[in-house]
Amino acid sequence: MTETVRPRDEAEVVAAVEWAAGNQQPVELVGAGSKRGWGRPVEAQAVLDLSGLSGVTLYEPNELVLTARPGTTLGVLEDALAGGRQHLAFEPPDLGPLLGRPAGQGTLGGAIACNLAGPRRIKDGAARDHFLGVKAVSGRGEAFKAGGRVVKNVTGYDVCKLLAGSFGTLAAMTEITVKVLPAPEQTRTLVIAGLDDLAAVRALTQALQSPHEISGAAHLPAALAARSGVAKIAGIGSSATLLRLEGFGPSVKARVESLQGELAGFGDLAALTDLDSKALWREIADVSCLVDEPERPVWRLSVPPAQGAQVVGRIRETLAVDAFFDWGGGLIWLAAPADAEAAGAGAVRAALTPWGGQASLVRASAATRASLPVFQPEAPTLAALSARVRAGFDPLRILNRGRLTADS
Amino acid sequence: MKMPRPDPAPIARRSELIERLQAIVPGEGVIFDKDALRAYESDGLSAYRQPPLVAVLPRTTAEVAAVLRLANEIGVKVVPRGAGTSLSGGALPLADGILLGMARFNRVLEIDYDNRCAVVQPGVTNLAITQAVAGRGFYYAPDPSSQIACTIGGNVAENSGGVHCLKYGMTVNNVLGLEMVLINGDVVRLGGKHLDPGGLDLLGVMNGSEGLLGVVTEVTVRIQRRPSTARAVLIGFPSNETAGDCVAAVIAAGMVPGGMEMMDRPAIHAAEDYVHAGYPLDVEALLIVELDGPAAEVDHLIGRVETIARAAGAVSLRVSASEDERLALWAGRKAAFPAVGRISPDYYCMDGTIPRGALPRVLRGIGEMSEKYALKVANVFHAGDGNLHPLILYDANHPGELERAEAFGGDILKLCVEVGGVLTGEHGVGVEKRDLMVHQFTETDLNHQQRVKCAFDPGGLLNPGKMFPQLHRCAELGAMHVRGGKLPFPNLPRY
Repeated sequence: MTETVRPRDEAEVVAAVEWAAGNQQPVELVGAGSKRGWGRPVEAQAVLDLSGLSGVTLYEPNELVLTARPGTTLGVLEDALAGGRQHLAFEPPDLGPLLGRPAGQGTLGGAIACNLAGPRRIKDGAARDHFLGVKAVSGRGEAFKAGGRVVKNVTGYDVCKLLAGSFGTLAAMTEITVKVLPAPEQTRTLVIAGLDDLAAVRALTQALQSPHEISGAAHLPAALAARSGVAKIAGIGSSATLLRLEGFGPSVKARVESLQGELAGFGDLAALTDLDSKALWREIADVSCLVDEPERPVWRLSVPPAQGAQVVGRIRETLAVDAFFDWGGGLIWLAAPADAEAAGAGAVRAALTPWGGQASLVRASAATRASLPVFQPEAPTLAALSARVRAGFDPLRILNRGRLTADS
Repeated sequence: MKMPRPDPAPIARRSELIERLQAIVPGEGVIFDKDALRAYESDGLSAYRQPPLVAVLPRTTAEVAAVLRLANEIGVKVVPRGAGTSLSGGALPLADGILLGMARFNRVLEIDYDNRCAVVQPGVTNLAITQAVAGRGFYYAPDPSSQIACTIGGNVAENSGGVHCLKYGMTVNNVLGLEMVLINGDVVRLGGKHLDPGGLDLLGVMNGSEGLLGVVTEVTVRIQRRPSTARAVLIGFPSNETAGDCVAAVIAAGMVPGGMEMMDRPAIHAAEDYVHAGYPLDVEALLIVELDGPAAEVDHLIGRVETIARAAGAVSLRVSASEDERLALWAGRKAAFPAVGRISPDYYCMDGTIPRGALPRVLRGIGEMSEKYALKVANVFHAGDGNLHPLILYDANHPGELERAEAFGGDILKLCVEVGGVLTGEHGVGVEKRDLMVHQFTETDLNHQQRVKCAFDPGGLLNPGKMFPQLHRCAELGAMHVRGGKLPFPNLPRY
């Protein structure tokens, strides 16, 4: 039977981890559980539920800083920030529905622990780039802090970077400070219809080489464009190549006009207004077009952006996949056939070889995720180094044992 | 500041060490002549000098790996060095250690415009990266003031910033990949041309690790198109408080200027006397706000900044009408350090970061300390991100003044921590702020950092004496004492 411990403050988290360590009892760290299915199944009978640590404890819009407890949902944060006309610029996606969970449950702690980032990653970075400070309890059962509450800080090692993307294998966070930024006043999206993957990535590349500060660069092949909830995209009848421009009104207008001229060779560039733009980029961030057909494994690939279409081309040589591109081609979301052997891992990872990059299996059954490397295998020297870093924080492998690798 | 006591063993075996290094790096790559070694005796923190036991200048990753393997085998310390511009003593040599100079790693290996990145060797200067890609209108965004001289390898070690980092980030936000060598000779590659390497973010923690974790031998950086327009506004204020209010109001209005710099009265006067930039001398604080981006945006926002500045109580305001004028407005700020160097035999540059709202309190505190220590101070401030550079004026030829300046600086940094800030925003801890770390971090905090060090360098051979006030033995840090048994909080909710 699974035992769940739900601490209410840092002292109780310390007590819980000490108890777990003392009993050699690994625990699974859970916030709202929206991304619980991402990673190898955790080898733990007990759950350390951090959702009780919630609430914004500091928000100073003029300092561009916000502190909240990890269980604070992103919805609550976004509402608080909207009051100051600000936002989390890394645009954390809601992967809950993709992983078979309800929408709108994801927490700040989860977004940081998985180092999430939405389409704006290309301009403003990922969660790790906005993560200023932390209080946490390591697998040693010791409370520590790192970083601070100012945006410019090089005092000591940047331990925040290690926690971002560690999937809860180093420490249980109890308080998180992030940089927040002004929300754009206006959003426009330019749409080019009918490009194939290769031409689309060329168009995105050219746009990203311009000085127009593109904040979203995606391509939906026809079959996936048809699944959009935005009527103008669903009804486009072809693929849709998308470029987002955000900022102050006069600036957006000028950049839209420049870009329409510069990319005219790729076809007409129709413009979507604010509402449609926001809905569309939310869908892209949340991978909405691959939510249905839950039996199909879903992969997330980070590759050199200009080679994105070639990577998918190679995968298609052996596997019938649905794939779309974000980050100018550098982020690929890909659904493999339900019956693909090992979720298609062979074809997906082999396609990375010529150009580098990494692939993570985001959606698959627990049995599949236990049977193959969910995250990109690291070179032996790097894997050994990562294991030593992990052991420094959590020598007994108490926290999220096995989530990153079989021996993590 | 004390460095670790030199170990007599490697000093006694110096000639053997030199021979073994010469077998790895042929030709003139091993420097052991006492006079020649003086070139490496200090970095930008010139108050501290110590020639190394020997200096070695490898050319290849394999040579770096062999040097580190040798050092590890015989237990000799290693201090890596880029251009030696660190302001915190990050590259200060050790009497019993090898100085590992990376200056020969000076090639741009690849420029990949389609993937918006450049692959360079660590000895390439910051500015040289921008120069290599400027022909296509690209640049490398972080621009520390030493960018003509400082190397990208050093930038990674220190996580360097610059005046544009509020908008464009620090080094860590602009590095995509690294090749590095561990003390045991292992070569590790982190990241690449893709944005999201996955796994533990060792790339992130390498930035700002001050040469204590590994030696970087290759760097992949993001390059981007230079904004099409940049214009600056020079605004004078009757007080530091009103200038601070203006900065807060600009941010509150939703703007993230490319640069936002503030100078106090002593800094303004020193700069104006030196470069004659046309700065007003009858103001207490000057603010330079630079907006960059498309012309339509810059023009639009300049208007907003003017309105905000007047409402905040600005007494003078000048907008650059041409690129020449923009550069003229910056000339004084960019020359602030040498300008202060002209009016004082020596100056000591501090680097705390504070929540911006605490600026009036901190400047008042610095004023009081200036009287207490009887040393003058000029303040320049990266106002957008709260990074304060007080320049303490002193004369090293007067016995006791350096120590007084250091004590003054220490008090400033403690005040920064007290108001919620940090000891260093961009210069690094190095030797300089090592002993102040205990004011910002508890022992438990520092132990968690040091265990990262242990994972990379268990013998503590890479750049010891920097960053940490005292290095614990890794075996001691690694031990874990578990208290077994029952949950000590019987009320803890359980389901």
